Amino acid sequence: MIVVALVMLIVVFPVVVYLLNSVLKEAKAITPSINRIAAAAHAGSKDLDAAPLLLTTQQQVRDTVANVAAYGGSLDVIVDDA
Amino acid sequence: MAGALLIIAVVLIVLALVYFLGMVIFELQKITEGLDTAIDGVVEIIAKSEPVNPIVSDINLNLDAAVDALEGLLVKKAGLPEAMGLIEGLYPGAKKDGLRNFPDSATVKSPRIGEVYTRGTLTLARLGREAPIAALSPNGPALRDARYGSRASRGLYPADRPGRSPIIGTNSPVQYEVEDADPSAV
Repeated sequence: MIVVALVMLIVVFPVVVYLLNSVLKEAKAITPSINRIAAAAHAGSKDLDAAPLLLTTQQQVRDTVANVAAYGGSLDVIVDDA
Repeated sequence: MAGALLIIAVVLIVLALVYFLGMVIFELQKITEGLDTAIDGVVEIIAKSEPVNPIVSDINLNLDAAVDALEGLLVKKAGLPEAMGLIEGLYPGAKKDGLRNFPDSATVKSPRIGEVYTRGTLTLARLGREAPIAALSPNGPALRDARYGSRASRGLYPADRPGRSPIIGTNSPVQYEVEDADPSAV
């Protein structure tokens, strides 16, 4: 009986403490990474605030292409073919 | 004695379990909160980037149409060899890529236009066909003979060139403005 008690006290208890401490250490190591991921996600989201400006770009490209097409059509009439 | 030792060992193990598992649970809660925050950010990114793809596709579609039209116009007006020579002159190395709608454009033999003239001259020359462009081109005839350009003016008087300069002024035989023209229009 006393041998079992000593084994529990000298072997099992340190092993349990070591294993649990390792788990706690790894869990604590995850937290900063998660915080960095959250910060990066928010920063990425903020960077995309300018995405609606693409609608303006889209319209400007359409207008520019229309002008280029009109200019090309005029050149086609003015300049002789090769 | 042995029973007491055993009880102490068990109690210590239980206490260690309670402490460490409690700390692990606390850390897991922090991880969960961090993940929730990160997921919120990712959801925002997805929502904000959702319309980007169709908009960029539309922009590319319009630009592709413009490029096709301009390439077609250039080839139609200048001819494929000269067009590729002009492109190579303006953007060295661009000829090897060729034009998208002209499969022969990458391999066609074109004059080295850009070696002799500036971009502005090239553009005006190809549009107007007047400048002495490509006179020094090693391939193909010049559009206009630069060294003997007087041939063109002699062509104006095929029979014989008059020994005088054109008469201009009030006594010239040809008046380019009628006498009763409205002076306010000048």
